[in-house]
Amino acid sequence: MAQVELRAIKKSFGDVAVIHGVDCPIADGEFVVILGPSGCGKSTLLRIVAGLETQSSGDVVIGGKVVNTVEPKDRNIAMVFQNYALYPHMSVRENMAYGLKVRGLPKPEIEAAVARAAKILELEKLLDRRPRQLSGGQRQRVAMGRAIVRNPEVFLFDEPLSNLDAKLRVQMRIELKQLHSQLKTTSIYVTHDQVEAMTLADRLIVMNGGRAEHIGAPLDVYARPATTFVAGFIGAPAMNLVPGTLVAGGVAIDGTKLGVAHPAKTVTGADVTVGFRPETLHLDPAGPVALLVTLVGALGADTLVHGRMGGPQGPTITARLPGVVKVREGERMVLRVAPEDIHLFDRATGRRID
Amino acid sequence: MHKRVIFNDKLLPYLLLAPQIAVTVVFFFLPAGQAVLYSLYIQDAFGHDWQFVWFENFEVVLTDRDYLDTVWRTILFSGAVTFVSMGSALILAVMADKHIRGATVYKTLIVWPYAVAPAVAAVLWYFIFHPSIGFASKGLVALGVNWDWKLDGGQAMAIVVLAASWKQVSYNFLFFLAGLQSIPKSVLEAASIDGAGSTRRFWTIVFPLLSPTTFFLLVVNVVYAFFDTFGTIHALTQGGPGKATETLIYKVYSDGVQNLDLGSSSAQSVILMLIVVALTAIQFRYVERKVHY
Repeated sequence: MAQVELRAIKKSFGDVAVIHGVDCPIADGEFVVILGPSGCGKSTLLRIVAGLETQSSGDVVIGGKVVNTVEPKDRNIAMVFQNYALYPHMSVRENMAYGLKVRGLPKPEIEAAVARAAKILELEKLLDRRPRQLSGGQRQRVAMGRAIVRNPEVFLFDEPLSNLDAKLRVQMRIELKQLHSQLKTTSIYVTHDQVEAMTLADRLIVMNGGRAEHIGAPLDVYARPATTFVAGFIGAPAMNLVPGTLVAGGVAIDGTKLGVAHPAKTVTGADVTVGFRPETLHLDPAGPVALLVTLVGALGADTLVHGRMGGPQGPTITARLPGVVKVREGERMVLRVAPEDIHLFDRATGRRID
Repeated sequence: MHKRVIFNDKLLPYLLLAPQIAVTVVFFFLPAGQAVLYSLYIQDAFGHDWQFVWFENFEVVLTDRDYLDTVWRTILFSGAVTFVSMGSALILAVMADKHIRGATVYKTLIVWPYAVAPAVAAVLWYFIFHPSIGFASKGLVALGVNWDWKLDGGQAMAIVVLAASWKQVSYNFLFFLAGLQSIPKSVLEAASIDGAGSTRRFWTIVFPLLSPTTFFLLVVNVVYAFFDTFGTIHALTQGGPGKATETLIYKVYSDGVQNLDLGSSSAQSVILMLIVVALTAIQFRYVERKVHY
């Protein structure tokens, strides 16, 4: 096990810069998830840690050593690929033993390590099968097994669950979490699925356009997103983000005035983006938010109400109200939102204002 | 809506097939039938005297010391051609598969020899290695090699193998390159993270995953060396010096056309036909079934 540190990692392919300087120390045994939309550079960052790509500048440090020029095979890492990348001509046993065999371990030791990993992942009965005789979930498990037999210092996961069907994905996610609490190996996990990210991560790196927009614990990221991108990306349905102007004691959105928690620190008249999550809106006849309902989605447990704020020309927002709410398109409803649930962002830079 | 065109004319399908059938009949079935027929007779050189002898021609051929030598020589020749052409094609394909500058040009150049007619290719090598005017020969002589493949059987064989292999490298190269490109990149990355260096990766991952391609090419190349190298040998050495480069297919020609021993030559043709049938059967039977992972 080891600490990992990314220092000012930059990467360009030719003239195209894809990672613009990412810094992140990762503690020993920590489970870090890199979350972002496709093309944000998250997989490239992981491949740089693995040594499959070389960064244009910056340092990768594993276990206190700078490994910039160290070959992947000498970094003592294991990686699980999105398409599993199992060796198709080898049995499950041979797949798992390969890395140990290459390293010249004695046979009894290899057999013991494979047996141990197979037991953890419940692969004992499949050891003599070929990858093509396995289901997606089983292949995934073999890929995990191949990673854990080597007892590496760091696990790298490149969207390992995205080729599985939804049900299996949930199950594998739980297994992965259990596996990590059992092995406590430093792990870096790349995904575009925020549920995976929120449930697995000790710490989250939210990436966008080659930048780490927010690094923090999942619930901190959810509660205090650093930028409008993070605010809109984390949480489903997404946070409402509407343009507004700071006024004395609050913020004005198209004639609607909302109270905010820290009005003193902010400059009156500034253009801001106002964010509030759909679930923080509550029905209240005396509330400040008038909503012209345009679409109602009843989910059973909740009702999603989409509408325009203030009037027919107002910004579109979504409210998530508990239980079944009897409201129809074209009707008006009145809602409130607590001042501490309002997030303010600088409209020009997108950064959070506190 | 499924619309079916129905031709009531029973003749039309046959008419449409006729050219293909005619070509096959004239250039394959008739000569093959004739070969089978001739192989059962002994006739004099002018075709006046025919004698039906059952399988005597086969008996003579298969117990003939000379013929058995040719069998071994052909096996050696085919083995060498297959090994040289597949080996060099694999090396070239592995190199072309890497990201190199000008890869397209490089690939095009390697594919070129395939477009050259066998006899023309042979003439090319003939000049390059000509004992008195060839520039490669001058180099070899300068290195102290007693170079005269017109007299030295071993050297003649080497030249024929070289010329025959060169033609086939392009074909093998294309298949190997396609095979290499179908190996998922992540599998190789997984192997390098697992600790395998590039040589190890090649022998434990790449080569086994290429085995269906390799097996296919093995059969194709053996068939090529057995049957399609007549032009090369004829243009280069005419089977000489002595019988040093006479393969089975060349012996059919020299016994039949030059020595006019039609019975023996036909029997040899029939034997070759059986070999090709066997090779094709192996190809169909095993390529899809045995060699995969």
